[in-house]
Amino acid sequence: MTSPRGQHGSRLDPWTHSYARRTAGMSTSEIRALFAVASRPEVISLAGGMPCLTALPMETVADTIAHMLKTQGLTALQYGSGQGDPTLREQILDVMALEGISAHADDIVVTTGSQQALDLVTRIFIDPGDVVLAEAPSYVGALGVFSAYQAHVAHVTSDNDGLVPQALEERILGLKSAGKRIKFLYSVPNFHNPAGTTMSLERRPQVIEICHRHGILVLEDNPYGLLGFDREPYAAMRTLSDEGVIYLGSFSKTFAPGLRVGWALAPHAVREKLVLASESAILCPSAYSQMTVSTYLATSDWMAQIKVYRELYRERRDAMIESLDVLLPQATWTHPDGGFYVWVTLPEGVNAKAMLPRAVTERVAYVPGTAFFADGTGQRNVRLSYCYPEPDRIREGVRRFASVVQAELELLETFGPYDATGRGSGPSTGVQFPAPDLS
Amino acid sequence: MRHVLVLAGGLSHERDVSLRSGRRVADALTRSGLEAYVRDVDPTLLGLIRNSRPEVIWPVLHGASGEDGALQDVLGSLDIAYVGSRATACRLTWDKPVAKALVGAAGISTPVGMALSHATFRELGAPDLMESVIDSLGLPLAVKPARGGSSLGLTIVRSAAELPSAMVTAYAYGDITLIERFIEGVEVAVSIVEDAQGQAQTLPAVEIVPDSGVYNYEARYTAGATEFFTPARLSSSTAASAAAASLTAYRTLGHQHLSRVDLIIDSDERPWFLEANVSPGMTETSLFPMALEAAGIDATGVYATLVERALTTA
Repeated sequence: MTSPRGQHGSRLDPWTHSYARRTAGMSTSEIRALFAVASRPEVISLAGGMPCLTALPMETVADTIAHMLKTQGLTALQYGSGQGDPTLREQILDVMALEGISAHADDIVVTTGSQQALDLVTRIFIDPGDVVLAEAPSYVGALGVFSAYQAHVAHVTSDNDGLVPQALEERILGLKSAGKRIKFLYSVPNFHNPAGTTMSLERRPQVIEICHRHGILVLEDNPYGLLGFDREPYAAMRTLSDEGVIYLGSFSKTFAPGLRVGWALAPHAVREKLVLASESAILCPSAYSQMTVSTYLATSDWMAQIKVYRELYRERRDAMIESLDVLLPQATWTHPDGGFYVWVTLPEGVNAKAMLPRAVTERVAYVPGTAFFADGTGQRNVRLSYCYPEPDRIREGVRRFASVVQAELELLETFGPYDATGRGSGPSTGVQFPAPDLS
Repeated sequence: MRHVLVLAGGLSHERDVSLRSGRRVADALTRSGLEAYVRDVDPTLLGLIRNSRPEVIWPVLHGASGEDGALQDVLGSLDIAYVGSRATACRLTWDKPVAKALVGAAGISTPVGMALSHATFRELGAPDLMESVIDSLGLPLAVKPARGGSSLGLTIVRSAAELPSAMVTAYAYGDITLIERFIEGVEVAVSIVEDAQGQAQTLPAVEIVPDSGVYNYEARYTAGATEFFTPARLSSSTAASAAAASLTAYRTLGHQHLSRVDLIIDSDERPWFLEANVSPGMTETSLFPMALEAAGIDATGVYATLVERALTTA
């Protein structure tokens, strides 16, 4: 029927066979495409984690930046220190002091968002096959970094009080007996993304002690710690161990993510390697962004602004929880007392990823739970974010979401339990998360 | 200089693909010397059209917002020339079971199938009906939404246990699901384009060999995930019968200006009609531009010709 087969066709990419193995998961996906619709105003996005910048006094910020450029432009637009602006590093000490951290500015490395700090820490510690322990579920952006460095992620059971110490101990013992090399524990202890939970004060020393005993570093990622609604911030895990914890912080949620300014506070020897790794990646973090943040911290009442954010997010959290209470009796969810996210568990058998197309048709977007696990679990889970839409939109979004869940339950009732592992056009390895600019 | 408004985006599941397609079409039109710009379909669109009165509109919209005929009805009512098939042809094509029936009646083989709603399964009982479907159609099956493109919601079902999951997947995209007997063979796409005189010309068939074995969304839009052979590795007689079948589908469905027909060529060299597309993808990995390139035809010239055809046939 055909002319001789076996000749080579076109793959539309002449470098197909040249890519590193770690790019294997970097494909497009149905899920990613569906998120494209979320950028339209008709769609209520409960998917993204964009801070609500309308609460910023933008004119004041603009004046501050303009003044900074006029007076310090030659420095702000020049290369800077690989470790970060010394003045900003001193100011970061003041920010961390709110969570009880006492440190030295020399041990801070300023990074392009805390995401880059995450990348740097992973780069200097992980060889392919090394194990990273992480909460179940865990921040999708961290899972992406760990995957890029070919780490094996081992999830540890978490509940409403955060990581479960006994589960951590058992997981470590199991991995060690299997001959695995565990490099660090990655944790978001406060107002977890995506779970919305906070590790209890009681558990924090237990987790530190277990990791210390097994020679495992703790990577404490704390972008939301100052955004608690009902209490003062908990003391950071870093306060319990200077040498055993690398602490990551960020101005993305307390000021503005567009500036991309975060930091790592690390033990001295680790810090030296982080600086070298950062210089090889980016030479230096943006001097302009750092000086903008530094000027903002020096000239504005940034603590008052954080209070504004807290009140705004508390109101939105309330709108979401109240709506879920009324509209989604079949499900359970976490009750965050800070941060951006509610973690919803849908009834048995529901596949949140597969029902996303219907959600898009109903003009609501969310992130399916599978994005937050390295092992494909989380099918019944959904992350809903309340940080960006206004309360009325949140209420309408939850109403739409509930109708989507109801339709899925009706399908489940019709077709019964089924094996959902191959659902859709095959298990996708593509990116299962919206682009950062999609709210 | 012609003033062309390219419509892309919309609120469909294929918004992302449409945006990419639209930008490429507009770039090509600009390179050919036309004044082309891209606009999303939103509540400001009609006001813009009334005020700016573009000479030609090219809806590069995928999914319901551009392929179900509604937009074409609106453009017709505004008395503005547009590229592509008229509303009725769009409707007949958008509904895959209807398109299959019409093309099948015109003598082209198409896989035997059933179009079933969720309500039908509820009324008749899903286990019995699924068993009946498999008894009737056999395995493997292709299960997909009755309306929609880019293989969204497609599952190839190779065992009875996989069918419930495939049904639920397809229903996430729409109320009706098309269940077809899966035809093993060579998957090809035949693009059709009108020349300056209005004669529909078939372009070389593109043979599609996805690494995963299924030409799903990832295989379509991830460069490197699928191997394409253009022209398809078909004998000249098989290539001719594929082209003839595609042209029959094009005419039967009343297509105009451009189209793409998806076929399977079985081991007996018989072409099987799967579906047709009134708004074929125009992205960097899409089959229509690939076929133009294989034919040695410059896309910019073809797209400019289609703009002129829109004015002629308005």
